[in-house]
Amino acid sequence: MASYSTNEFRGGLKVLLDGDPCVILENEFVKPGKGQAFNRVKLRNLMTNRVWERTFKSGESLEAADVMDQDMEYLYTDGEFWHFMKTDGSFEQYPADAKAVGDTVKWLKEQDVYTVTLYNGAPLSVTPPNFVELEVVETDPGMKGDTAQGGSKPATLTTGAVVQVPLFISIGEVLKVDTRTGEYVNRVKS
Amino acid sequence: MGRGQSLPGAAPSWQPTATRQVLEGRARQLDWVRGFFAQRGVLEVETPVLGQCGITDVNIDCIAAAPQPVAGWTHSTGWLQTSPEYHMKRLLAAGSGSIYQVSHVFRNGERGRRHNPEFSLLEWYRPGWNDEQLMDEVAALVCGWLGAPEPERMSYRQLMRAHAGLDPMTADLPELRNACYSLTGDAALVDQLDRDSCLDLVMSFRVEPALGFDRPVFVTRYPASQAALARISEEDGCPVAHRFELYVQGIELCNGYWELTDADEQRQRFEADNARRRELGKPEMPVDERLLAALEAGLPECAGVALGLDRLLMLKCGVDDISEVLAFPAERS
Repeated sequence: MASYSTNEFRGGLKVLLDGDPCVILENEFVKPGKGQAFNRVKLRNLMTNRVWERTFKSGESLEAADVMDQDMEYLYTDGEFWHFMKTDGSFEQYPADAKAVGDTVKWLKEQDVYTVTLYNGAPLSVTPPNFVELEVVETDPGMKGDTAQGGSKPATLTTGAVVQVPLFISIGEVLKVDTRTGEYVNRVKS
Repeated sequence: MGRGQSLPGAAPSWQPTATRQVLEGRARQLDWVRGFFAQRGVLEVETPVLGQCGITDVNIDCIAAAPQPVAGWTHSTGWLQTSPEYHMKRLLAAGSGSIYQVSHVFRNGERGRRHNPEFSLLEWYRPGWNDEQLMDEVAALVCGWLGAPEPERMSYRQLMRAHAGLDPMTADLPELRNACYSLTGDAALVDQLDRDSCLDLVMSFRVEPALGFDRPVFVTRYPASQAALARISEEDGCPVAHRFELYVQGIELCNGYWELTDADEQRQRFEADNARRRELGKPEMPVDERLLAALEAGLPECAGVALGLDRLLMLKCGVDDISEVLAFPAERS
């Protein structure tokens, strides 16, 4: 595998640090004119999602991490793994475990496309699109005439996610939800 | 973004990173510099950008070139100059009198908010002057252009004591490494640092960012181990280098010396640099025999300084990233 010198560090680069794959967030080069140069680097550990701050002597290198993002369609879960398939026509399938799926599990809908991050060829994490459309399976009865009045109530979606929705929403309606905030956006006409 | 990529929505990479207004500022700055030295009778000179020798400095790497051999230059290596210092000292030894130069210089691998591998340097020499006198002139040039108040002068030792609670002249390696550990939290890094690298870390992480906000500040009297090409004398029982740097708003602007003129001492420093380079696994650099010959023939007592014009322009324009004052930084060149 290739390695990258501190001089090549830039946001988005994936490297191995202490055995874990990390993505570089920031890289600041500091050097007194005649003195030793340093790189102050912020990285996100992709295994733990923690942000690390490390300092390197300039010119040191880190091994590249075999990490890549792939668009994949969610197929089904067997209870232990969630199965995804590449959308490039290869039909290659990848099982992601609960750790990789993480919180995204509440946004997983069959046949929708997700970003699966592969590390050494295995799913490391699954990122949902910014917006998903999901059906309401449970909520208090809709109240007509309450559209202008505000107020909200919880609604459970097909995936088990619970979002706050306006009072006029009823079971069977399809909602657009922002996965970054977990907030209701609007009703989708079906 | 490196490698010619650009973010969606970002300017395409053929375009300059400096605005027309900043380019005008650069042109005016050059006028200011030339007017300043014309008034003081300092001669503008030009010396080679590509030379047969580079420099031995442990922490400055030259960019190699591969010229075709020509008569009198039969080896096929050459070096882009990191500063016009050696050539200018040869002019001084030949009796040029006071000289200045504005040139593009090159430092391998240096890229950051305040660094570009190629940058614009103003360098000048004053025969018969010492470091204190040259600081006055630097202050006149810089503060005149920026409209900044008169700089104060603080020794390296005073500043390290005040900002980092360290005495750089007497602290031992474990104490210095401790200080670096508290600044970085990185034990693996700290274990590989020698004395001077520790001092550099404390200086650039803790001291520099605080310098020159009320008024510009000259850092003077560097530890002898960081003398580079400055002469050394004794002060309070410690050897100190007659070297100075000017900081304005946390930005290092220049580096000056009361110049070493002793050829033997200079040769020893070159050799010590190369020995250190060997230890660090860096390539040794050929020693510039023509410079040493000039020193032997007699470099007049003088003070000299090199000042980064891009950073001066950053301060003038109030911008925080060198890309904003360069038409095309390295990745867009």
